[in-house]
Amino acid sequence: MSEAVPAAAAVDPLALGDKPVRAREVLRSLKKDPAALASIVVLLALAVIALAAPLLSPHDPLQTFPDIGLGPQGQPLPPGTPGFLLGTDALGRDVLSRLIYGAQVSLVIGIVANGLATAFGVLVGIVAGYFGGVVEAILMRITDVVISFPILLLCTALIAVTTRSTFNVIIVIALIYWTTLARIIRSMVVSLKEREFVVASQTLGLSHRSIMWRHILPHLVPAIIVYTTLGVASSILIESALSFLGIGVPIPQPSWGQMISDGSTYFQIAPWMLFIPGICLILTVMAFNLVGDWLSDMLNSQTPLAR
Amino acid sequence: MSTVLLEVDDLEVTFRRSAGPGRRAASVPAVRGVSFQLEAGTTLGIAGESGSGKSTIARTLMGINKPSGGSMRLNGADVGALRGRELAQYRQTMQMIFQDPYDSLDPRMKVSETLLEAIKLRKNKPASPLNEVYQLLEKVGLSKSFASRRPRELSGGQRQRVSIARALCVDPRLILCDEAVSALDVSVRAQVLNLLKDLQEDLGLAYLFISHDLSTLRFMADYVGIMYLGKIVELGTRDEIFERPQHPYTRALLSAVPEPVVIDRTVRLPRVRLTGEPPSSTNPPTGCSFHPRCPLAQEICRTTAPARRVTSSGQLAACHFAEPELVVAEA
Repeated sequence: MSEAVPAAAAVDPLALGDKPVRAREVLRSLKKDPAALASIVVLLALAVIALAAPLLSPHDPLQTFPDIGLGPQGQPLPPGTPGFLLGTDALGRDVLSRLIYGAQVSLVIGIVANGLATAFGVLVGIVAGYFGGVVEAILMRITDVVISFPILLLCTALIAVTTRSTFNVIIVIALIYWTTLARIIRSMVVSLKEREFVVASQTLGLSHRSIMWRHILPHLVPAIIVYTTLGVASSILIESALSFLGIGVPIPQPSWGQMISDGSTYFQIAPWMLFIPGICLILTVMAFNLVGDWLSDMLNSQTPLAR
Repeated sequence: MSTVLLEVDDLEVTFRRSAGPGRRAASVPAVRGVSFQLEAGTTLGIAGESGSGKSTIARTLMGINKPSGGSMRLNGADVGALRGRELAQYRQTMQMIFQDPYDSLDPRMKVSETLLEAIKLRKNKPASPLNEVYQLLEKVGLSKSFASRRPRELSGGQRQRVSIARALCVDPRLILCDEAVSALDVSVRAQVLNLLKDLQEDLGLAYLFISHDLSTLRFMADYVGIMYLGKIVELGTRDEIFERPQHPYTRALLSAVPEPVVIDRTVRLPRVRLTGEPPSSTNPPTGCSFHPRCPLAQEICRTTAPARRVTSSGQLAACHFAEPELVVAEA
């Protein structure tokens, strides 16, 4: 070859595989963003706590301690009471144990509901953006209709017609949250499908399905990762809101939203019942948001390289 | 040599522009009644200004845009009537090489993945696809080591070679080159053009070569068509077009080539300078579309569109004054 060779290609091409470069870049960009690093630590710790809940929690989260868990007037015990590190609630249940199991519920709902929403949103977005025309019009009008419903009202209605269960909460959240991603993905696909490599695969005679799967979806992965991370935070929040309104995860199963809801009743005599799950919720949501922002920055700065 | 591979008859492509803020809905006739034939193993070059409809012809042939009139026949089969599997088959007889070598390869795929994907589309799959990849790379002048590279590790010329290899994967008879070398350095351009010529000789390929660069066409094309505002205004062999241009627009284009096109001029041609911008294709001028910019324009040009006819020097031209006598008179 006598053609000019760019500097990168002068190096052994096999040594330029994608993975080592990326891993190094991830570490470098984490070093520059301590908030994201801290958030990742928080989320990992949360995941470990949720997974190891039976090992970590000092008591059964559903067990009431009418004798030792309540004060002389039957009031909840404050944090620091021997045996109840973070105090007890109005029924004499251990707040720490409920918090740990609540993390399980919040994470499962956040991740599963959001995972379903992502899968559905991406599917709708790709199909609408790729085919355009009538398909797009129908899919996007449905999306608009779902978006224009007040979220909490829709949730309430949906749960009212079904039974109150964790599974239903997940489905309801998924049914609501796919819309944003569907819109974002659609707009990205509309511009992607005009790129010459997509047109080239069409002219080669590749099937629509393989074009969408092999040439469009891989280019959406960075965006999907970012929006999914941010979406987990919203899903956890909406679950809390539903529990707060009494239509979330069925009682007595602990969830953070449920704990906040209970806590608000006893706010004046037992503020810890409100603040402890509240702070955990804020920390988790913030961590997901910060990680999402960091991913977005990092993956966007990589885009020119990926071209 | 004289089997007609592709026959385009009175092709029309009209784009609909929907109404938006500050503009009305309009129909834009991008290609207005284009006819030509392409013989197997030959090259037809198409030149013209931006917006003249050159690329639209290629994209319509490839099925990316839909024609609004006329017919396209490939090996005698009417392309408009093909559906499903036959259409896919037809598409593979014809392949396209794109302008932007930085965008026509999927940046996330290795060269080998890109080529394997295309090879798998063949009707009779080769026993060893990977060997096929190496052979294709060799055909386009790249070594085996390129198979494991990604597009970003390649230069523009190397990428364009990979694009050519990808087009060859499905054994096409005709390759549409839409400004295929315009984005390349001059030295690299020459190499890619030579590669295309070699492939034409070895494989008997036909090319529809679209370029705004006349020197490229002079090197590549057997026949040349000159487009203006969606119409082919002059069509002939390379020598007819470059040495005895009849249409004033062709002459203007030739005068605009910066390095002197060295032509054995039996007749000295006047230098024609174009003024103004090409008119909007939403609202093409009456009569001959070229008349607002034409140095020879007369009253008839404003009212009557000239028919395409054979001129005394052999090629087809659509101009009321396309006669050799006129050239002598001007000189």
